[in-house]
Amino acid sequence: MEVFVHSMDKAVVVAPVGDVDLSVARELQGHLKRAIEGKPARLIVNLGKVPYMDSSGVATLVEAMQITRKQATKLVLCDLQDKVRSIFEIARLDRVFTIVSSQEEAVTIQ
Amino acid sequence: MTPTKPQSPTMERLDRDFPLDAVPHTPPHVVVELFSQPRYLSGARDLVSAVAKRFGFDDAVCGQLALAVDEALCNIIRHGYDRRPDGRIWLSLWPVSEDEGQPHGIRIVIDDLAAQIEPDHIKGRDLDDIRPGGLGVFIIKQVMDKVRYEKRPGGGMRLLMSKLLPAQADEQGGKR
Repeated sequence: MEVFVHSMDKAVVVAPVGDVDLSVARELQGHLKRAIEGKPARLIVNLGKVPYMDSSGVATLVEAMQITRKQATKLVLCDLQDKVRSIFEIARLDRVFTIVSSQEEAVTIQ
Repeated sequence: MTPTKPQSPTMERLDRDFPLDAVPHTPPHVVVELFSQPRYLSGARDLVSAVAKRFGFDDAVCGQLALAVDEALCNIIRHGYDRRPDGRIWLSLWPVSEDEGQPHGIRIVIDDLAAQIEPDHIKGRDLDDIRPGGLGVFIIKQVMDKVRYEKRPGGGMRLLMSKLLPAQADEQGGKR
């Protein structure tokens, strides 16, 4: 897994590439924590290039959500592939996260 | 150690009436032995998905079966072996009965030699309790039709799970 991070106007985009499972969840956690520490108005996690995620990856995102809520950073997930969306639905977390179809939408959604 | 000792090659024996949460008397059709290391999760997922596809499951369910196995292996690695990298895990697969070579579903058994715990204590968490972790068992139970944990007589734990193909699940009133 590689993780690309770039800053936009008032937003940081974290974009992992590859499967997110127990073997790499901590690496993603580190990137998310560093992004959150900058207290951006918006943290966008672009999952367009993540073909698979297990509950280790989901747990990392839940942790990020809890931290961002405390500091008024809006966390948005975007561009989920079917298998990744499936785990959010199975765990019924699709109602907890803000999930949109594209990064463009992630930038603007309120 | 192997989870099930090879017996006579009765691979074609129908086991339609055999409980779906028990180890069949026939040898597994596929057995993989792996160390308790996260880097082998992707290989295990690919294997389960490929076998399930051959058994007749559609792509979405193949992905879910791979997810259930991934979650089970993660729990063994994290909690059973406390992230020790030298624990042994056995993943065994069987078709559920067969009519002219067409399985009715898949049985999956995962054995380990980790510390034993009471099977009743292995529970998925309440989903309203939003927090990191604790989702694995819930996901396994959501995906599979039958799930049972037991202590292995020789030490360690065993997870038995199965899923029927949709037509068979409809007949037996199982989940799809």
